[in-house]
Amino acid sequence: MRSWIEKQRSILDYTLASLLRRKGKNFSLLFVYMLVVFILASAMFFTSAMKREASLILQGSPEMVVQRLLMGRYDPIPLDYLKTIRNIRGVISADARLWGYYFDPTVGANYTFMVPHNQPLSLQNIIVGSGIVRSRKVGKGDIMSFRAPDGKVRSFTITGEISASSELISADLILISDTDFRNLFGLNGSYATDLVVAVRNQQELSTIARKITELLPDTRPIIRAEMVRTYDSVFDWRGGMVIVLLLMALLAFVIFASEKASGLSAEERREIGILKAIGWETSDVIAVKTYEGALVSFFSFAGGVLLAYGHIFFSAALLFAPALKGWSVLYPNFRITPFIDPYQVAILFFLTVVPYTVATIIPSWRAAIIDPDSVMRS
Amino acid sequence: MISLTNVCKGFNLGKLNAFTAVDGVSLSLEGNRITVLKGPSGSGKTTLLSLIGCMARPTSGRITLHKNLLGKNSFLASGDKPDVEITSLPERFLTEIRRLAFGFIFQQFNLVKGITVIENVLLPSYPLGKKHAEVRKRAGELLDTFGLRARARAKVEWLSGGEAQRVAIARAMMNDPPVIIADEPTAHLDSKLSREFMDIIALLKNSGKTTIIASHDPLVFDAQVVDRVIAVRDGRIDEEGT
Amino acid sequence: MINIMPQKKTGEGGLSVRKSTIALILLAGGVLLIGLMFVHAALQRQADAEEIAQLTAVVKNLELTDLCLFTEARYTRHLSQADMFSAFQDHPTALEHFPTGSIAGPPENIRRLNEKLD
Repeated sequence: MRSWIEKQRSILDYTLASLLRRKGKNFSLLFVYMLVVFILASAMFFTSAMKREASLILQGSPEMVVQRLLMGRYDPIPLDYLKTIRNIRGVISADARLWGYYFDPTVGANYTFMVPHNQPLSLQNIIVGSGIVRSRKVGKGDIMSFRAPDGKVRSFTITGEISASSELISADLILISDTDFRNLFGLNGSYATDLVVAVRNQQELSTIARKITELLPDTRPIIRAEMVRTYDSVFDWRGGMVIVLLLMALLAFVIFASEKASGLSAEERREIGILKAIGWETSDVIAVKTYEGALVSFFSFAGGVLLAYGHIFFSAALLFAPALKGWSVLYPNFRITPFIDPYQVAILFFLTVVPYTVATIIPSWRAAIIDPDSVMRS
Repeated sequence: MISLTNVCKGFNLGKLNAFTAVDGVSLSLEGNRITVLKGPSGSGKTTLLSLIGCMARPTSGRITLHKNLLGKNSFLASGDKPDVEITSLPERFLTEIRRLAFGFIFQQFNLVKGITVIENVLLPSYPLGKKHAEVRKRAGELLDTFGLRARARAKVEWLSGGEAQRVAIARAMMNDPPVIIADEPTAHLDSKLSREFMDIIALLKNSGKTTIIASHDPLVFDAQVVDRVIAVRDGRIDEEGT
Repeated sequence: MINIMPQKKTGEGGLSVRKSTIALILLAGGVLLIGLMFVHAALQRQADAEEIAQLTAVVKNLELTDLCLFTEARYTRHLSQADMFSAFQDHPTALEHFPTGSIAGPPENIRRLNEKLD
């Protein structure tokens, strides 16, 4: 056993000496490889953490939202519907929800106006999200004006800011009173944006949703599980950007694994011949190549994963931000909670380290079985 | 010590370009002697050398080694008979024999480029799994012996011809093999370095080594220290002299 | 006897630290750092638990349905409340107008509905 370890360490010594001969080539290889792992790991960390965080946060969402569809789009829903829904067995409560979008031409941002059901505001007062505070450079006590459909400008006093710690869900929110909302958007008093329904038994949610569509055929109930699932699919590994990154990374990987697998140079073959002639076994030669592949891919993997961790959880996905922001003016500042899954890291490990190592070993296998007397014959 | 009985070696058998490199050679080589296989290029002396050095197997015939060559610890030397038949052994055992019994000095020396002198000298010891401190001490001693200590950490491509030659000899000596095999060792050396090489070989003989050299260089086969010259031509032994 | 006599000893001559020792230390360092990464993640999750609970409370209080991640278009601001076809207003497989559309694919139920169209 001791002698086996000593032998492996000696072979490792040779492997390193051999790798360090082509410092430039091998370090650039390491760098490219690390970059591939970094991109993949970043995408993986980001999507899985966002998915997990979304599903936790959205546990607080309404159990069911009922929209009304008109000509394939959602439309204000008549408050009369509330009565019908409240009469369904198993429904505890049904209430109107008022929210809508406002495009602010001065900064080019979209705001979400919302009437808080549980904390009524007095007239002419608004509470704004921290994204708006930032982009409009306003604060408590300032006045914000918005143009109503009748062309008149309405002014509101900011009486509070929503805590910056909840920016991920509230950056663009403007909380407003029921009356002001209806005046600002010109929404008739007998309509709401949508309805929020609470039920007695979670198990009955889909049954009740079906009953609602039967009783009110122009409505579309959205249950909480669907909202969570929406974010599951947004941050799915098949999601737009992720798949592009994945394909790019795989392409880069294939190119360079095939470069590896395409064979050894004449110089490398000669070296293997020398080693065999002076008493190295085929398995020793293969061990050199195995260590070579394993070392390069392990360090690339470790470096890439660690950089990706820093990138996503310390710099809040700095490199992804431009794609995430798109053309948005309001973008929440938030730190991502590191929900990382050892299983995913393990998968990434096997997807990167194993194929590369194998691609390194296979061509050397053929070279390692050459006759030792080839050195004499050349 | 080493004996060959009616050994033949053919290449590309059954094809149009088939040829016989070694044709029915019977030979017995003594221990602690310097033997030179002399002959023009293409005479089959290199092939004969690689058969003796267990790098290739003969097509027919028998090669036996005295088990003293293999050292006490070898599994192959554990039998009752004094000689070990090597022609029928699997590759794994031939590798072990190469490691234990032979030190090779190749034409052009075949040092591994890009790594240092001491790393080259250490190479044959790696598969043995001996303690690192031990093998390093041994390599250091060899470098001292051959006056290479100061060059230990130099890359081999920076060496002069004479230095490269001594590194090759040091590497061949690393596992302290009883037999040194050298293939055209002076082919790329000037006369001064060739004589120097023969002087080193003489020293090795004094320390009890057996040396087998293939060469067509008169500086080698006419040297005083050579005990036996075997002329090879067309794969056969032509004449023998001492 | 020619110049094979031992020359003066200059320096140690050997390898000062074995390359394999350095490699094994680096290897252990890599494994350690990855281990620490998981430890850090676990601690950070614990530390963030309260904050996430607060977010959940805000969501509950304001009856919110979505994360405020993409504010550029109305159907990306409220992904789960989007119109049945809003993510694909022109054609189910049309290229997205808004950059975030490339990240936020249409919700599953919309994808299912549109399958037959193409």
